[in-house]
Amino acid sequence: MSPEGSVNSPAKLATKNLSVFYGSFQAVIDVGIEFPACAITAIIGPSGCGKSTLLRSLNRMNELIEGAKIRGEILLDGKNIYQLNVLELRKRVGMVFQRPNAFPLSVFDNIAYGPRVHGINRRQKLTEIVERSLKAVRLWDELKDRLDQNALGLTDEQRQRLCIARMLAVEPEVLLLDEPCSALDPIATLHIEDLLRQLKEKYTIVIVTHNMQQAARVSDFTGFMLLGKLIEFGTTSQIFTRPQHPETENYISGRFG
Amino acid sequence: MISRPLVVQRVVWLVLAVLTLFTLAILIFILAFISARGARVITPEFLFSLPERMGKEGGILPTLIATIYIAVVAIVVATPFGVGTAVYLTEYTRESALTRIIRFGADALAGVPSIIFGLFGFILFVIRLKMGWSILAGGLTLAVMILPTIIRTSEEAIRAIPYQLREVSYSLGGTRSQTIMRVVLPNALPGILTGVILGLGRSVAETAAVIFTAGSSLRIPRTILDPGRTMAVHFYILAREGLSMERAYGTAFLLIVVILLINTVAYLLMFRLTRRLK
Repeated sequence: MSPEGSVNSPAKLATKNLSVFYGSFQAVIDVGIEFPACAITAIIGPSGCGKSTLLRSLNRMNELIEGAKIRGEILLDGKNIYQLNVLELRKRVGMVFQRPNAFPLSVFDNIAYGPRVHGINRRQKLTEIVERSLKAVRLWDELKDRLDQNALGLTDEQRQRLCIARMLAVEPEVLLLDEPCSALDPIATLHIEDLLRQLKEKYTIVIVTHNMQQAARVSDFTGFMLLGKLIEFGTTSQIFTRPQHPETENYISGRFG
Repeated sequence: MISRPLVVQRVVWLVLAVLTLFTLAILIFILAFISARGARVITPEFLFSLPERMGKEGGILPTLIATIYIAVVAIVVATPFGVGTAVYLTEYTRESALTRIIRFGADALAGVPSIIFGLFGFILFVIRLKMGWSILAGGLTLAVMILPTIIRTSEEAIRAIPYQLREVSYSLGGTRSQTIMRVVLPNALPGILTGVILGLGRSVAETAAVIFTAGSSLRIPRTILDPGRTMAVHFYILAREGLSMERAYGTAFLLIVVILLINTVAYLLMFRLTRRLK
C-alpha cells in the first residue's frame, strides 16, 4: 500500500507480496508496504502480529533464525535486496534493538566496531567517525572525556543512544528500530523520540512499537498489522483520526491489544 | 512445644552440616598431613638441585622441568583443538545428531580412566609413531586426555555469550568469523581459560598416563624427544620403592601447592566471567 501524500516522494524501501515463514508457520502474510525516504514510518500492532518479523526481513536478520524463509520481494531503491551482498545490505540498512545492548567494550570501541569490520583501522579516521556519530546522537559533550570507559557503565538512555550512534557509524541509509524505547523510562523515551525526529532529515526510519502514543507522536506514516497481515497503512494523522478499517479503529481506541 | 516440621527442619540442617563438615575435614586432614611431612623438606636446594641415588638424596630439579615441559606441550596442543571444536559445535552447526554424537564422544572421553590413555599413548605415540618414551609422547597423550575438559568448558563459555551481542555484530554487517573473533571469543575468554587451566591442573597431576608415555628418566630433558619424569611420577616411584618418604612428601607438598594455585586461578576467572555477564 502506498500512502496518500507520498506519491511524490519515491519509496526508499518497499515490499511486494512479502510473506515470511518460520517452518510451516507464516508470520507475515502478503504484505506490500512502501517506506518513504526521509520520513518516519511506524508499524504498530499487538504482540505476535508479525511487525518485528517484517522489520527483520528488511535487512535479512530473520535469516539467522532456523527455518526462516521468505516469499515475495523487498526493494531498496527499487532493487531487490537479494541481489545485494548481505553484508552490504546490512551496512546500508542499520538496526537498533529493544535492549540497549552495548558490547562490553569501551565507548570508543563500541562505535568503532562497525567501521572496523568494514576494514577501517586508521586511528585518526576512527576518531573522526566516533566523534561524528556521538555528536549525531548528542552524546559527544557527555562522553567526550570518557571514550575509554566501559559502555556497560552508562545509563540505559545513554546506552541506547550509543547503540544508535554505533549504527550510524557505518553510514546507513535506512534505520530500522525494533521497539527502541521499551527498556527506557518515559523521559528517556521522549529524548530518543526527539533524536529520531532530527535523524529523519537524513535517514529513512522504520520503527516498530506497540506503544501507540509513541507512533502518534513520532511518525509521519503508520502501518497497522494484525495476525501477519498489514490491515491498514496511511499518514499517521489519517490512521489515528480516520481509520478506514474497524480493526484499526478497535486497536487504536484500545479495545484490544 | 515445638512443632514437628520445625524439628524435622533442624534435624535436616544438622545432618547436612555434619556431612559438609566431614567432607571439609577430610580435605583439611590431607592438606595438613602432607604439609606436616612435606613443607619442611622444601628448600631452595631441594627444588633446584639434581637428585642423587635414584632420588634417595638430592633435589627434584629434573622432575620440575619435565612437569612444566609436558604440561606446556599438552596445553599448546589441546587448546587449539579444544577451542576449535567448541566454536564449531556452537557457532557453525545447529543441534543435530552429529553434534550430539560429538558431545557424547567428548563426555565419554572425559570418563575414560587415565591408565587407558596411557596405554593408548604408549601404543600410538611411543611405539607406532616411534617417538619413544618422550616429553612429546607424554604431552600428546595428556592433550588427548584433557581435550574433553577444554571442549566442554569452552562450549559452556561460548554459549553464555548473549545472542543479542552476536545479533548486533551481524546487523552492522559483520561476517560470522568476524563475529566469532571480535565478539564471541573475547567475551568467552575467561571461561575458555578456565577450561585450559583445569586441563593444566590435570596434566600436572597425572601419573598413570605419563609413566607409560614419557618414561621415568631422572635426567633433565633437553628436547621434547627426551624422556622425563614428572613430579607426580617421581612421588609415585619414591613412595612405591620406599626410596625416601621424606622426599616423596616434599614432592607431594609442592604438587599440591601448585594444583591449589592453578585451581584458584581457574576459580577466579570463572567468577569474573559470571560477574561480567551478570
